[in-house]
Amino acid sequence: MTAMTAMQANTPSSQSLGRRAARRFWANRRGRISLLIFLAAVFLSLFAELLSNDRPLVVSFQDELYFPLIHNYPESTFGGDFETSTDYLDPYIRKQFDSPGNWALYPLNEYSYDTLNYFASQPNPAPPSSENWMGTDDRGRDIAARLLYGFRVSVFFGLALTAIGVLLGIFFGALQGYFVGKTDLFFQRFIEVWGAIPELYLLIILASIFEPGLLVLLVILSLFGWMGLSDYVRAEFLRNRSLDYVTAARALGLRHYQIILRHVLPNSLTPVIAFLPFRMSASILALTSLDFLGLGVPSSTPSLGELLAQGKDNLDAWWITVPTFAVLVGTLLLLIFVGEALRDALDTRRVQ
Amino acid sequence: MASLLQFREISIRFHASGTGLAVASPVAEPNAEVSGTRPVWAVDGLNLSIDKGERVALVGESGSGKTITALAALGLLQDVELRGSIQWKGEELNGASATRLRRLRGKEIAMVFQEPMSALNPLLTVGRQVGEVLEAHEGLTKTQAFERATDLLQKVGIDDPARRARSYPHQLSGGQRQRVLIAMALACQPELLIADEPTTALDVSLRQQILELLLDLQEETGMAILLITHDLPIVKRFASRVAVMQQGSIIETGDSESVFQRPSHPYTQRLVQSQPRPLVGAPGPRDILLDVRQLHCDYAIPTGLFRKRRFTAVHRENFVVSKGETLGVVGESGSGKTTLAMAIMRLAPARVTGLVKLNGVDLLGLSSAALRKARRRFQPVFQDPYSALSPRLTVRQILEEGLRLHRPELTWQQRLDRCESIMAEVGLSPEGLQRYPHEFSGGQRQRIAIARAVLQEPELIILDEPTSALDLSIQQQILELLVMLQQTKGFAYLFISHDLHVIRSIAHRCLVMQYGKIVEFGATEHVMSSPRHAYTQQLLDAAFPEERLQAFERDRLASMANRPVPRALRLDEQAS
Repeated sequence: MTAMTAMQANTPSSQSLGRRAARRFWANRRGRISLLIFLAAVFLSLFAELLSNDRPLVVSFQDELYFPLIHNYPESTFGGDFETSTDYLDPYIRKQFDSPGNWALYPLNEYSYDTLNYFASQPNPAPPSSENWMGTDDRGRDIAARLLYGFRVSVFFGLALTAIGVLLGIFFGALQGYFVGKTDLFFQRFIEVWGAIPELYLLIILASIFEPGLLVLLVILSLFGWMGLSDYVRAEFLRNRSLDYVTAARALGLRHYQIILRHVLPNSLTPVIAFLPFRMSASILALTSLDFLGLGVPSSTPSLGELLAQGKDNLDAWWITVPTFAVLVGTLLLLIFVGEALRDALDTRRVQ
Repeated sequence: MASLLQFREISIRFHASGTGLAVASPVAEPNAEVSGTRPVWAVDGLNLSIDKGERVALVGESGSGKTITALAALGLLQDVELRGSIQWKGEELNGASATRLRRLRGKEIAMVFQEPMSALNPLLTVGRQVGEVLEAHEGLTKTQAFERATDLLQKVGIDDPARRARSYPHQLSGGQRQRVLIAMALACQPELLIADEPTTALDVSLRQQILELLLDLQEETGMAILLITHDLPIVKRFASRVAVMQQGSIIETGDSESVFQRPSHPYTQRLVQSQPRPLVGAPGPRDILLDVRQLHCDYAIPTGLFRKRRFTAVHRENFVVSKGETLGVVGESGSGKTTLAMAIMRLAPARVTGLVKLNGVDLLGLSSAALRKARRRFQPVFQDPYSALSPRLTVRQILEEGLRLHRPELTWQQRLDRCESIMAEVGLSPEGLQRYPHEFSGGQRQRIAIARAVLQEPELIILDEPTSALDLSIQQQILELLVMLQQTKGFAYLFISHDLHVIRSIAHRCLVMQYGKIVEFGATEHVMSSPRHAYTQQLLDAAFPEERLQAFERDRLASMANRPVPRALRLDEQAS
């Protein structure tokens, strides 16, 4: 043996491509901070019920503990007159809780997204005050609460839409790119026809048939949201399937699904991952636009788009438009910063 | 004689960002990039001078800094630190103005690049492209420039230049494109022509022609030529003086003859010796492993929306591979070698008919389930070590994959043991198992690819140009490894190569393919010493000029040959 090619001792410890990309992403300050802020905001919004609600978290009334968040207690429990569920904003109930021996722990903001304050001191929409920190909308609902819940709905709708779109996109893209030939030809033509259906008209028509809710919107937008991505995945598959390591895997006798899952797919995900944050911001924007146009969720659901529409209708009520706009722009900006950092981290042409 | 171009104590270092090359270099080193090494001096204290009308060869392996040196002379490097002095006829070029350098390029110093595919603009006719240089430097009008371009195309040996000048690059063959590039370089009658691996991308016989063209042109115009290459036989025939480069500096210079006969530096000695030498003996008695009969492959090429033309890649051919022996397959690109190999392995996207029997089992007749099981018995090794290994799996995962599939009874520990021992056998440290492919060099990756094939305990390994992407010295190591493995494990090789030196070194028998047909088949030494087919003779002329010359002399003495005199002979006559 002339050449005992010894491993270089001074090479840094071995890292997979994915881990190196993660390290590059983490080294990007703007992307890292954006991601942390975004995650913190999402985490907080998960506990929206604890932060902003029209019920106290815990009530101690006549030496008994009550959890209004979990159970509905009739007003009579707390010394009221009716068997209907308690309105905790009622000054009478408040007085009951304030009496000696009783106490109640209220959330930070004492309104939920659909709470109507019947005891408001100002006409709706009311400007910011000590009661409603960001004012109320034209139906007297607290803006801060609606923003918090609306942010959560938007983010999770975006996440769901992105996830479904990515799964469908990968599936159809992989199918076309790996099997090529007639399969490819068929799906390409199918996508051309499918992509030519005007999405907005379909939504308007369907909105008149169904009661539009989040689920209906999710299904309809998902039906059209996978095509762009499937083209990228298809192109990556077309490139990767012809590489020698795929041929070598075939020569080993692996089945198609093994080759796809183990060899082709992991190497074809770069565009998918790089586009994730951008797709997510696009999804959030799509929901917001539909809500703004009145084609989206019913107005009881907290939604950024619906708030924007209200802001448009009540131009003098700046406290509706400005915070909503800020939340929307902030969310999209954070996602775009994360996306840019991710794209740079995955770009193998950039040498660090 | 005053030197034309003189490099004095040239040092070049890349800045940390960017690749630094204004011109995309095909020999960018992927390893330096991924292994995270800090930038070092790519060229370090280089001295070289070229005299008027001289043919100098700059030799070295990839990454030794040859191309960078040449680009520095033309001021084509960006983002680099360039120290030292480059003198062009006494004029300092390091630090010369951009205007001066632009005037210099093309007019006084011209360059021919390696890749004839990417060096031409696909949207312009070749006549326009050649003419462009004349318009820029000599101020000719478009019509005049086009006429001169046609003349130049004729001069570089393009048939029917008036028609060819109106062709687009894709309508020309690789050799013709390289001629066009040379015509472009010659347009303004430069005093120095830098040819960067001008023949590497071409087939053997085309290499010969391009080299002859350069020699003819040099004799005619008296310009100096700096030839950058790693191909020693070409240097031997072409250059009057040789400079050998290693890791950024020149370690040996001298006239061609003495460097090849008496290399003084150990690296040069290794380089000269790394020409493949015979590793195997004569073929033994036939004990047939692979029996191929009437193998026919054709592809459908769509010519219209619904119309197809069938292109036949292999024409009803027969051959056999004996047990424990190597069958070399020789031919130029497009001759059907790779299709042949892929068809045997049932990996070709072509229609394949005929009979392929491996140890009595008809591979073409197997059902897909049976085929998957049988695949263990014949394993491929590919040309490009960079794409042969899945980049997201560790070496261990890559090696284990086949074992998991074909030997499910093995325990975790047994699999690990096998992987570790195979790593040692191919000359790698077992610690490498936990690493990813990008942490290995090209030669090491090729070893891993070989390990993956050997681990399946195959009867036949099909190697498709396994060494042609590697440097000469590494090529020799891989060949030795292959022979050693064959002797210990006893499997047969089907070894595809366009390099007759390699085939001669490793193959017991060989076959020569041309246009999908086998034109010659026999014991390697027999084919090499007494080729019958004209095409084989042509290949041999290009690969072993000296040996063929002797054979030619013998033949002439026997007054039998009527073939044209090989180029090398003509040169010798002039020299004497």
